[in-house]
Amino acid sequence: MHVTINGERRQLAGGMSLTQAVTLLTSASTGVAAALNGDVIRRTAWDSTQLADGDEVEVLTAVQGG
Amino acid sequence: MDDPLLIGGETFSSRLIMGTGGAPSLDVLDRALLASATELTTVAMRRVDPAAAGSVLDLLTERGIRVLPNTAGCFTASEAVRVARLAREALQTSWVKLEVIADERTLLPDPVELLTAAEELVADGFTVLPYTSDDPVLARRLEQAGCAAVMPLGSPIGSGLGIRNPHNIELIVDSAGVPVILDAGIGTASDAAIAMELGCAAVLLATSVTRARSPELMAEAMRHAVTGGRLAFLAGRVPRRRYALASSPPAG
Repeated sequence: MHVTINGERRQLAGGMSLTQAVTLLTSASTGVAAALNGDVIRRTAWDSTQLADGDEVEVLTAVQGG
Repeated sequence: MDDPLLIGGETFSSRLIMGTGGAPSLDVLDRALLASATELTTVAMRRVDPAAAGSVLDLLTERGIRVLPNTAGCFTASEAVRVARLAREALQTSWVKLEVIADERTLLPDPVELLTAAEELVADGFTVLPYTSDDPVLARRLEQAGCAAVMPLGSPIGSGLGIRNPHNIELIVDSAGVPVILDAGIGTASDAAIAMELGCAAVLLATSVTRARSPELMAEAMRHAVTGGRLAFLAGRVPRRRYALASSPPAG
């Protein structure tokens, strides 16, 4: 299946969880948040959130700013 | 003198809120933050960069500085609300510096989108600190919406033009029941002192420190300016007079 993660289209194995998708970008266990198709997904729900073909995932963290 | 700043039920002994944007390195930023003695500092939320070295979040945690995520870069209420919710998830804080800008050239707040976003975030349990224009009416509307502070600009973000309309800032201070935090436009220490002399509860600045020739020195200058300005406000300035008033006794 194809999933867009932070604007980059990737081919991923079917049935991948949101946790696994986030791990592709960062190993940080704190300071990271994820949205799936625009909806914020709580961290406690990442494991049980299965990605589907065409999904868009955003993974954000804090950077210098403001 | 014990004169804490109270925002959203939390107390701070420093009235200088720092931003982290524009610092040439985390090390320079670290030294500037220490010199500023700030206890509350903003960060932005952006896509994770797998190649990023070091983390501003680790730095703030290590220094015991409370993190204040912003919604910089958002042009609509819905974008800002989404970023605030992501920040709450990522940083485990319901505090947000709400920024909804109108255009890239001026970075001025979009008042309509700002108020809409503030109302939504307050309803969702956020402690909202909105970056606003220096319009007393909008400041009042934001307070009525339940914001924990109002943060009028002195002049556009990063411009260093100081406080272009001190009279409006005074009007906002006069009628506000929440802390007024001068946010944006500070160029040098005297601007920060003037903000405090006008009655602002705190100053939020970034560029004037992070892009100064010596960020660490300027951070120290800002710390003194904010403290000095606050003391002068509390002390009460003498009235301006057209003619001289002798300070030595005329007789004897």
